[in-house]
Amino acid sequence: MNREFPEKLTVILLLAAVCLCIFGAATGEMEDVFIKAVNICMECIGLG
Amino acid sequence: MAKHLRKIIQAGWGLLSNAYVRGFLPGQPFIYSGALKHFCVPGMNCYSCPGALGACPVGALQAVLAGRQRKFPAYVLGYLAAVGLLAGRFICGWLCLFGLIQELLYKIPLPKITIPERVDRPLRYLKYAVLLVLVVGLPLLYRSEYGAGDPFFCKYLCPVGTLEAGVPLVLMNDMLRPALGWLFRWKMLLLIVCILASILIYRPFCKYICPLGAFYSLFRKMSLVRMHVDTDACINCGACSKICGMRVDPHLAPNSAECIRCGECMRVCPVNALSFARAAGKQEKAAVH
Repeated sequence: MNREFPEKLTVILLLAAVCLCIFGAATGEMEDVFIKAVNICMECIGLG
Repeated sequence: MAKHLRKIIQAGWGLLSNAYVRGFLPGQPFIYSGALKHFCVPGMNCYSCPGALGACPVGALQAVLAGRQRKFPAYVLGYLAAVGLLAGRFICGWLCLFGLIQELLYKIPLPKITIPERVDRPLRYLKYAVLLVLVVGLPLLYRSEYGAGDPFFCKYLCPVGTLEAGVPLVLMNDMLRPALGWLFRWKMLLLIVCILASILIYRPFCKYICPLGAFYSLFRKMSLVRMHVDTDACINCGACSKICGMRVDPHLAPNSAECIRCGECMRVCPVNALSFARAAGKQEKAAVH
């Protein structure tokens, strides 16, 4: 029996993921991402 | 047109997410520093690429985990989970510039390699190990004497950063060249291996290494965009399996962890038995037909 994952549950999980995202943004995590992303990442380019 | 639609979207997205032209001008190393960098793009795209307008989700995840404050990465994980639940590995097939680059390299007319299944199958799990160890584990656990962690995947393995950021920044900026050392040479070696492998094998980075593909594959059976096979219509001709570069059998496992939802199988199916479906019983014919 190969039952498919219910779409309603996906939507509930999606809402939970969005809430998690908003919580993270509210606690200042977006600023952490921003600071990392606007400075040249020396590790990424192989210098640091 | 339908045959090239995906390539057009991949290229268009790649250009759009790296549209900061000023970053490509020679002189001082300069990358975009506007408000869009608060947001992650859905695919692999180094945020130090001179043209990048958004943040790389894998880099962002490591940056938060490796931070001095040891925050739970709610924003990045929530974002990745939301993208995974919406589209899963559809992102890999349609909105990843590095995926497109590998596909174009594979078009170079040289003999192709088929990795034996006994090697291919266990190697596919490598990307999950990369995700667990290099993206989550080590950035979370390791701390230098100054209290900062390291983005291990970006630093030691990621060829995307080398190609999209390292090479252009070093080529355009004299002042970066004296700083080049063993790490840059190591990453260049990995990039060259990745490029050569991509000429011979279809999307090897996506198959074996990519931690983002590994993460999105966790949502393969629950994402809103998923594959559906009409078993009544399927004539088991094998055309879908034959065309699949990721070596999936779409008529047997339409939501395999390896399926990047590229839609090639739907295009070649002679009886239109395969489609993108939102959920059970609600199949919608895809635009690639």
